[in-house]
Amino acid sequence: MSNAVLATPEVPFESRGLDKKQTWWERLRKGDEVVHLITLAGGWSILVITGLLVQHLWVYSRLSRHAFGWHFLVDSTWDPVNGVFGAWPFVYGTVVTSLLALTIAIPIGLGSAIFLAELAPRKLSNALTFLIELLAAVPSVIYGLIGIFLLIPVLFNVVPYVQKYFGWIPIFNGTFYGVSYFSASIVLAIMVVPFIISISREVLISVPVSQREAMMALGATKWDVTWRAVVPYARQGIMGSIFLSLARALGETMAVTMVIGNVAQVSTSLMAPGYTIAAVIANEFTEATGDLYLHALIELGLVLFVVTMIFNALARLLMLTMKGHEVVG
Amino acid sequence: MSASYPPLSRKITNVVMLALTGFCTLLVLSVLLTILGYLLWKGASSLNIAFFTKIPAPVGQSGGGVENAIVGTLKLLALASAIGVPIGLLGGIYLSEFAGGWSAFTIRYTTDLLNGVPSVVMGIFVYTLVVLPMHHFSTLAGGVALGIMMIPIALRSTEDFLRAVPRSLREGGLALGASKSETIFTIVIPAAIYGIITGIMLDIARVAGETAPLLFTAFGNLYNSPGWLQPTSSLPVVIYNYAISPYDVWHKQAWAAGFVLLSGLLVISIISRLILARGKKLSHG
Repeated sequence: MSNAVLATPEVPFESRGLDKKQTWWERLRKGDEVVHLITLAGGWSILVITGLLVQHLWVYSRLSRHAFGWHFLVDSTWDPVNGVFGAWPFVYGTVVTSLLALTIAIPIGLGSAIFLAELAPRKLSNALTFLIELLAAVPSVIYGLIGIFLLIPVLFNVVPYVQKYFGWIPIFNGTFYGVSYFSASIVLAIMVVPFIISISREVLISVPVSQREAMMALGATKWDVTWRAVVPYARQGIMGSIFLSLARALGETMAVTMVIGNVAQVSTSLMAPGYTIAAVIANEFTEATGDLYLHALIELGLVLFVVTMIFNALARLLMLTMKGHEVVG
Repeated sequence: MSASYPPLSRKITNVVMLALTGFCTLLVLSVLLTILGYLLWKGASSLNIAFFTKIPAPVGQSGGGVENAIVGTLKLLALASAIGVPIGLLGGIYLSEFAGGWSAFTIRYTTDLLNGVPSVVMGIFVYTLVVLPMHHFSTLAGGVALGIMMIPIALRSTEDFLRAVPRSLREGGLALGASKSETIFTIVIPAAIYGIITGIMLDIARVAGETAPLLFTAFGNLYNSPGWLQPTSSLPVVIYNYAISPYDVWHKQAWAAGFVLLSGLLVISIISRLILARGKKLSHG
């Protein structure tokens, strides 16, 4: 998608002088109004679909919402047999894995974006960015596959050493089974890094040369220029890319389901198996017996929807308010 | 600039930090190459003819393939395109050529939000929309789920490429006495057609790997799925089910399926970039 295009202000294509003189009936006869109405239906169907989506999530979660209220989010008992549903272990797992993933992905992503935007020659940078964007095209189920058969065996060799030296820190102790918050976070980090790189790089590139020259004229080193002039100038776009990545990490399903272990417990240790909202939906949805169980799972979907929408909206807002240019995520 | 300025400490910071950014890039690239290389190695070594021509063998027996999943994925994508592409095209034309002000803003913003809906939530939505009323999983439900997921990107990329068509071309059409709709269909859309096709191909490639929305819409099937109203197997769901199974034979099949799926996606993605490059060449030369 091209970016320069979006920068033009909202100028609907309209030959105003001509249109004014034609009546609605004339335009209808010439076919313009027909085309207008048909395409309008296409555009508005987006609103209808989104409306239906919200309505269905709301209606089909009513039993659970009425039965548990807000406690649903903070109770940690998930007992389908006795019809008691509390989502805390899943909420906790989702938050922990997403935050840890971002902690890993932000420095690496931002570092790469700086290298690609500021240091690498433009041709090399474009070629590398193309490769990195391929990472974003890999389906999440394939990340899961790699996670199970490549990452986890590697972690089995690495984690014992980490535990030997850092095991006294609560987040590293406990038995390591391979599947864990930690494994899920690494997979998530790999999945969101391309987003951070590709958006941040574009924002960094679009920082005006005058900003760099002004700082360079003061005798700053290349790094000073980058870190104190370029990055702060681009911070809104970078924050936008981070929020988009967060929304994606929160809603990511397959890869996480395959490596997190799917145990509904809350553990301080990152090496312990856990569960996330998306993973429990994927695992239990088709097995849900009884309406309350189904509604509880759909309420989890509703929670996920609301949270990811908030971060997506924030990201879009940040990028929209950036002056001079826009970035499409 | 004298040799002593900037001070040594800042020169060192400069070199160290810049080297670190290069290291980050190398790290990301090596992860990418490891993933692709490992998939190629494991996948290609697990491939054979039966993989493409046979349906799954019973548990514990070797042999068998995923012919039903390949066919299932193609059917799902055909149905998804039939739903997502027309709506996306129409919406894109509306945004670029007709809409203005709050209407354009609302649709554009909603489209971006819909694009960000987690795929598993889309699966829930289509489950309540199609599967519950029909009382069973089906290719139809899976196609609807993927189709809805296709709309946002089809719409926004169509809009972007249409807006890139210079205003002068439109004015030329109108000056020749063509109506607005004639101008759109004979001048604006043909000028942007390579871009629009590219956008749609990339869109198809994106939903082809979606797994979560298919789990409770298309479900899965050990056999071929006749018609459109039966549950169907699909490559992504097969990868998932086989990968988490305890059988080595199935793990191999999962690698092979992953290899086939990713190769398909990469081929589509490279072809579509070539189409776009060709379109650019034509319009400039």
